[in-house]
Amino acid sequence: MAVLTRTRRQARTPAGRGPRPRRQWKAYLYLAPALLVLGVFLLYPLGQSVWISFFHWDGLTLATWAGTENYVDIVTDPRTRAAFGHAVVLIAFFSVLPVVFGLLLTAVMGRAARMRGLGFFRTVIFLPQVVASVVVATSWLAIYAPDGLLNQLLRAVGLGVATRSWLGDFGTALPAVGLVGSWVGTGLCLVLFLTGAAQIDRELYEAARLEGAGLFREFFAVTLPGLRGQVAVALTLTVVAALKTFDLVYVTTKGGPGDATSVPALLAYERAFQTNQVGSACAIGITLAVLILLVSLLISRVQPREED
Amino acid sequence: MRIGRVETTLNYVLLAVFAVGALVPLVGVLLSAVTPEGELRVGFDLPSRISPENFASAWQEGGFSRYMVNSVLVAVGVVLLTGLLSTLAGYAFATMRFPGRTVLFYVTLLGLMLPVESFVIPLYYDLRGWGLTDTYWALLFPQTAQSLAFGTFWMRNYFLSYPASVLEAARMDGATDRAVLWRVLVPSARPALATMGLLIAMWTWNEFLLPLVMVTGETWRTAPLGLAFFQGQHTTQTQLLAAAATIVAVPIVLLYLFGQRRFIAGMLSGAVKG
Repeated sequence: MAVLTRTRRQARTPAGRGPRPRRQWKAYLYLAPALLVLGVFLLYPLGQSVWISFFHWDGLTLATWAGTENYVDIVTDPRTRAAFGHAVVLIAFFSVLPVVFGLLLTAVMGRAARMRGLGFFRTVIFLPQVVASVVVATSWLAIYAPDGLLNQLLRAVGLGVATRSWLGDFGTALPAVGLVGSWVGTGLCLVLFLTGAAQIDRELYEAARLEGAGLFREFFAVTLPGLRGQVAVALTLTVVAALKTFDLVYVTTKGGPGDATSVPALLAYERAFQTNQVGSACAIGITLAVLILLVSLLISRVQPREED
Repeated sequence: MRIGRVETTLNYVLLAVFAVGALVPLVGVLLSAVTPEGELRVGFDLPSRISPENFASAWQEGGFSRYMVNSVLVAVGVVLLTGLLSTLAGYAFATMRFPGRTVLFYVTLLGLMLPVESFVIPLYYDLRGWGLTDTYWALLFPQTAQSLAFGTFWMRNYFLSYPASVLEAARMDGATDRAVLWRVLVPSARPALATMGLLIAMWTWNEFLLPLVMVTGETWRTAPLGLAFFQGQHTTQTQLLAAAATIVAVPIVLLYLFGQRRFIAGMLSGAVKG
């Protein structure tokens, strides 16, 4: 959605920014292949998804009209409620923690933006973003394992009593999954904010300093306002990632123990392909899409208006 | 502005801490992958010797030759098809005026935000009905559709940033729309196309839910899918699993190291993929 706000302006004032548009019917020919693929493989099934969500359907026999029952169930069924609740908890780990962390670091390193060797650090810190989440899940499974790195560390510092099977414990499974998301998101936020901070006018810092602003004031008066766009992008990316988490949970816990780490996407997958509740699965998928669109719209309000 | 030495050191220390944090889980996998079978690895103890045979056993037992080839084929196919279709569509959106332009552009952008979960279930039934599940096409077309939103948006922005005067001049010389696109715009768009290609290759390679739903047999299983199944069968064989995970991660990590500037710039430029 950060994208959308930006493009609306460009769409209105294309004249100065690029080739002048001419009215041409030929445009449809250029668009047709893309729109065809998009229509057949994305928009049409999306419409069907909405339609099916109003039915009880097991995927085989005749569907029966359900009205809004599948949606009411999302609110009333404790299992779906739990799954959406877990998604909210994951937002705290995937999004809030990395953004706060990234901002704190950027505040401390405010002037690090021009350090030598920053490129190297950027490359390394950003790395978790490009590794497949199945691989990420595999590596964290090893860390959380009973004889994994985390428990070994705890034993080494004399906290042997605290060791446990982190992903198998009702109390720790969800935070453990969440922390993997924090690990993935922190690199993104940090690189995003450091890049943004490098673009802030140096004179603003000089001015703030001349007026005797400390690190704290400097951050709230100069750095944070200058990073609003980056914060919006970071929030959008990470909140959306938290809401639609699937691979990570599928590989690490399959929603367990019990329902402790069930998430909406996993529930939709299970209901559609394992327990034959296709209508309910579609309702969950559509609810997820609506939530994501709403959240992105909401966040795009944080983004500063671009100057023409 | 001068930066004090203490401050510089502190900044380096902080960056180093985060770099180590980002690397620990990944290096852990790499270390396990080269630890000889049967040798219990403790924390960051180095293995007694480097044992590359884990990769060979994982590759064979997991059937990764097939999955890696599948993943490469799908990634290349999606990149090429998305590249072509979004170049055409981006060109129309950037340079032509036609009824429904804004609406169609927003419809295209919808793909940026929509989670796979919202359309994958009926899509599975559709493709099964058309006899396409468990085929290459079931992996190629849905993922192309998913990438088109970003691709079109990306190419349109590139074409909009191109100096209008050059295009006007080409048209004055009698160049057709087609010639302008293929002889003027596309050759100059190579860097933009490369960035787009890298990002889409990565997203396609890493995609999990779509192939999981669309492919039930082993024939068209992709590498991440192969890893997940391997995981299910060898839960306690840490070294083998680590080797398999490394195999799946390496192609994209290499691409990333090779084009990291493009990756980071592309992903940070608001490349919000849904």
